[in-house]
Amino acid sequence: MLGNLIEFLSHGTNLAFFFFALIAIGGGIFMISFTKVIHMVIALAFTFLSLAGLYVLLEAEFIAFVQVLIYAGAVSILMIFGIMMTRHEDEENIPRRPVHQVLLTIGCIGLFLLLFYGIQQASFPAGKAETAPDNTAAIGQLLFNQYVIPFELLSVLLTVAFIGAIILAKREED
Amino acid sequence: MATVITPYLTLGAILFCIGLYGALSKKSAVIVLLSVELMLNAVNLNLIAFSKMGAKPALAGQIFSLFNITIAAAEVAVGIAILIMLYRNKGTADIDQMDSMKR
Repeated sequence: MLGNLIEFLSHGTNLAFFFFALIAIGGGIFMISFTKVIHMVIALAFTFLSLAGLYVLLEAEFIAFVQVLIYAGAVSILMIFGIMMTRHEDEENIPRRPVHQVLLTIGCIGLFLLLFYGIQQASFPAGKAETAPDNTAAIGQLLFNQYVIPFELLSVLLTVAFIGAIILAKREED
Repeated sequence: MATVITPYLTLGAILFCIGLYGALSKKSAVIVLLSVELMLNAVNLNLIAFSKMGAKPALAGQIFSLFNITIAAAEVAVGIAILIMLYRNKGTADIDQMDSMKR
């Protein structure tokens, strides 16, 4: 077990994976345990950034940049604006519904154990990976040839959602 | 049998469970939305891991995770708009105050 761990950590890729995974899980745990809302958002921003690092490790450079731009940039800033425009008291530390909390904790840990058992039991045959020399160009060509109809549908959906958001958040008196 | 994809799947499971806990236990609506985003991110991590190390590695996993990110962005925009609307009407941003359909 320990030998496995040392052998695992002796590769640079595995070390980078360990580092990013530690930051990702740490950000999530801090999000659970902080009491101020703005601190939770900052902790999750670290999680999103380290996930971008993991995507680079998985040779998905374009997705990594999209992750930094959209999650660490847009979504976190939008959440901070949402906190700014509403009033938040600090979350109280005492759980108000103890039965709910206990059931929720048991359920989450149970789900994780189930998933972990499944992952450990299953065998994943590794295929032969042919890596495109230019990740972004390959994604663009796939996106505009094979996946062009979902792409256009998604752009329509995004436009509709943003117009809907503007109309929802507009002040009614003017 | 442990292969090289197992750590990524385990990390995805951990992040998903943290997101689930946050979405169901937090009081502030902003944090609930953010926890849902964390769950979507765990799914994206699985998709990208399989797109490199799956049985048939292909770029389709990365394309699908791009679509997923787009849906998540639309969801956040509409969610924050609804949240601001509710705050304007009811004066609170707490999940447990939003119970007008229960009465």
